Amino acid sequence: MAALQARPWTARQVGFFKPLLFIVCLYPVIRWLWLGFHGALTANPPEFLIRSSGIWALVALCLTLAVTPLRRYLGQPALLRCRRMLGLFTFFYSALHVLGWAYWERGLSPPAMWDDIVQRPFIAIGVLAMVPMLAQAVTSTRGWMSRLGARWHTLHRAIYPIAILSVWHFWLIRAGKNDFAEVYAYGAVLGLLLLARLVPLEGRSGSRP
Amino acid sequence: MAKVRIPAVPASQITPEEVWRERRSWLKRSGLAAAGLGLMGLGAGRAVAAPAAGGVEPAEAGKLWNAARNPDFDLSDALTSERDVTTYNNYYEFGTGKADPARHGGALKTEPWTVSVEGEVARPGTFDLDDLLRLAPLEERVYRLRCVEAWSMVIPWLGYPLASLIRKVEPTGDAKFVEFTTVTQPEAMPGLRSRIIDWPYVEALRMDEAMHPLSLLVFGVYGKPLPSANGAPLRVAVPWKYGFKSGKSIVKIRFTREQPLTSWMKVAPQEYGFYANVNPDVPHPRWSQATERRIGAGVFAPREKTLPFNGYAEQVASLYKGMDLRRDF
Repeated sequence: MAALQARPWTARQVGFFKPLLFIVCLYPVIRWLWLGFHGALTANPPEFLIRSSGIWALVALCLTLAVTPLRRYLGQPALLRCRRMLGLFTFFYSALHVLGWAYWERGLSPPAMWDDIVQRPFIAIGVLAMVPMLAQAVTSTRGWMSRLGARWHTLHRAIYPIAILSVWHFWLIRAGKNDFAEVYAYGAVLGLLLLARLVPLEGRSGSRP
Repeated sequence: MAKVRIPAVPASQITPEEVWRERRSWLKRSGLAAAGLGLMGLGAGRAVAAPAAGGVEPAEAGKLWNAARNPDFDLSDALTSERDVTTYNNYYEFGTGKADPARHGGALKTEPWTVSVEGEVARPGTFDLDDLLRLAPLEERVYRLRCVEAWSMVIPWLGYPLASLIRKVEPTGDAKFVEFTTVTQPEAMPGLRSRIIDWPYVEALRMDEAMHPLSLLVFGVYGKPLPSANGAPLRVAVPWKYGFKSGKSIVKIRFTREQPLTSWMKVAPQEYGFYANVNPDVPHPRWSQATERRIGAGVFAPREKTLPFNGYAEQVASLYKGMDLRRDF
């Protein structure tokens, strides 16, 4: 590890980098607006926006779950300072995805939304992933961290089942069309990020120069 | 864009009489009081559509593709824009993205083009595109298209009744179904590399469905030859069924005794039935079919109610008398 962690970044250095990351994370929104102004949201803008927000939620989830492995393998613990922001972006794109479904697919009608949830497993699984994520977003503040204490960590570890549910949700959507390439790609990345947490670091460090 | 030579055809070879007769009986069946008006409209359409004998000038080509709209098959719905009709397509041979068919379609080779007619027919054989174009006069018909994915369009197709071709090849008494096979051109169709569907794409209709006056053999759209994305150089359009039932870029038409195993039934029989009639009461396992999004209506336009048989119930519901359409979806 020594070669990789020549000089750990300070909190200030990461703090300088954070606004840039924030703007990068807004790229999907900027892109949607740009496409919207140019009439390029495809012939079916609602479908495009629902799918696009879902995909970007997965991307943000991958980035969020990459923080811990990166901290370990790069030897940069200060990267922790980006994790909450990335997690909130995951929630942000997931929430837009759900709102898109609620508005464009179900006309914001609660009974119609409920019907969809109970009739369609992939919707139910998506909602199942969304509920704990909402709780995580609400409790992401410093105040809630101290109020919840150890239970905060338990609640926020729900991100692992959320990741699995998200890929399952995506898989069920593509199952009907037998079109799994993207599902496998995101599943593989998330799987690796979860596995990376299980590998003991000491065992690996010996093999590195 | 495919350049289609316009055949020089004596009016006598156009054999519209069958079409007329079919329409007359259909008008009677559907009880349209405006039958006389409809026949007048057909007359006008034919006069424009029939190419003059002798010349294959570009001007004549213009006439062919500018066939008059048949007033019996017009709709008050606003047409979906030509851009949306030709750039938002499901044609998985070109890729699963809606823009893929328009993006890759240019590479499709449509000249020469032949359609082989096989199976339970007295006159099997191979037709080239010119044979087919001269078989009956083209007319414009405005049809709703309802995709199984719950979006819809309103499209001005150019074609003639599929029945005209079917009569020409004389199906035997054993012909119960008609199967349509879509072309496979690996060099033009990157989607063929995926295993989503067991290529080639195969769709089929029951004989009475294929013979129905609404079933159209389509050669053009928006007054032009079909672009590849819409199924160049010829496809079918069966407006009361979900879009996937209407095969594109057809190279083979086979008449069978048994119900063919169609492509989407092979992929997911619990999701896609043989009949696939538009039915707001039978949801797809992954979404409701009760409403649809009209393409081009605007980002914040509300969804529209889906109509039984896509609004063509009056004309086609009788084909399914006595059938449980919840089971035979």
